[in-house]
Amino acid sequence: MSEQDQFDDIPGTYLFDRHRSRQGYHLNMFFFSLMKEENREAFLADEEGYLDRFPMTPEQRQCVLDRDWLRMIKLGGNIYYMSKFGATLGRSFQYMAGAMSGVTQEEYAAMMKRGGRSIAGNRSKSEGN
Amino acid sequence: MARIVGGLATSHVPAVGAAIDLGKTQTDHWKPLFDGYEPAQQWLARVNPDVIVLVYNDHATAFSLEIIPTFGIGVAEHFPPADEGWGPRPVPTVEGHAELAWHLSESLIFDEFDMTMINEMPVDHGLTVPLSLTCGKDSRCEAPERWPHRVVPISVNVVQYPPPTGKRCYDLGRAIRKAIEAYHEDLSIVVYGTGGMSLELHGERVGLINREWDTAFLDDLTRDPERLQSIPFIEYVRETGAEGIELVMWLIMRGALGDDARELYRHYHIPASNTASGLIVLEPAA
Repeated sequence: MSEQDQFDDIPGTYLFDRHRSRQGYHLNMFFFSLMKEENREAFLADEEGYLDRFPMTPEQRQCVLDRDWLRMIKLGGNIYYMSKFGATLGRSFQYMAGAMSGVTQEEYAAMMKRGGRSIAGNRSKSEGN
Repeated sequence: MARIVGGLATSHVPAVGAAIDLGKTQTDHWKPLFDGYEPAQQWLARVNPDVIVLVYNDHATAFSLEIIPTFGIGVAEHFPPADEGWGPRPVPTVEGHAELAWHLSESLIFDEFDMTMINEMPVDHGLTVPLSLTCGKDSRCEAPERWPHRVVPISVNVVQYPPPTGKRCYDLGRAIRKAIEAYHEDLSIVVYGTGGMSLELHGERVGLINREWDTAFLDDLTRDPERLQSIPFIEYVRETGAEGIELVMWLIMRGALGDDARELYRHYHIPASNTASGLIVLEPAA
């Protein structure tokens, strides 16, 4: 198996490699801009207008407006950049984690408290281990 | 001549910083994690190093996709806590050691580690959370008025693939040791490695924890560091999560301690927000 195939064989993770970095450049630079208070204010006051400053694709723009966290990742977003967007909306890593894995924040936090997501069954799609 | 008197590795979870800043360290949920740091705080106070060489990664804070330095070194006198989207953490400005940092830069570059030298660098949770955990007051981790130790930050790219290999990181640690031992002033230095441990922060597999793998990693920091150097990138991702690759930064600390090191203390706690939180204190073998 090539290294790329090995990455793709891991379930539910999205390696921030050259493909996603190029695809997600403007999306991530939008997230990064939210490090500044004046930009957070400008975004919250006029989301559509603020997003016009960043030449992202219509799909990327829509998932920002929809708060579709998993789709942001699938379209080239990186979690550390995306966390700035979460913070702007008052959302924690745990909130985004719940949203990305399809459960509520409370359900997700309860799973973590029980010891986290088991590695068993989560290593490889092809081997199912 | 400067000398390395110890090594410490710890996770650097942002939610841990938030728990400290919001006064939640004594709650039932958080207290077991913070209690585990008290022995490390006592050790650090006893060793009382002049400088901490602190290896960490920037999380899209000082650096963005505009410029991605693989290895950076902070050569300034001051590093302000960064605003990561919710305002800067209420902790003191980090005081650098510019003279030592420039010496390290020269020595490392002539030793063929091409460091990026950085004068302007706000430091994020990757650097300030380990300081709070180890220099803060008891299990509340309240920051003092000033940090008690100067800090030379070493940054490592582990966000954009490809990160440096484990072996490269270990070798950088060895070169840091050599550089420190050639420094003209008599300074005592502790080296920190930070990040990890099990850490999958995104996607449907978020929250992955692999206690067995983490435990073997902690064990082999003293028993078999050769094995740790050869762990391939894909294994970190598969076994600990995509962000678990932060653990290569622990290998810089380990490399700086020399061939043999002794474990003084460890603490491992699940969960810290999305991750397994690990802590280990080592000293170089005499």
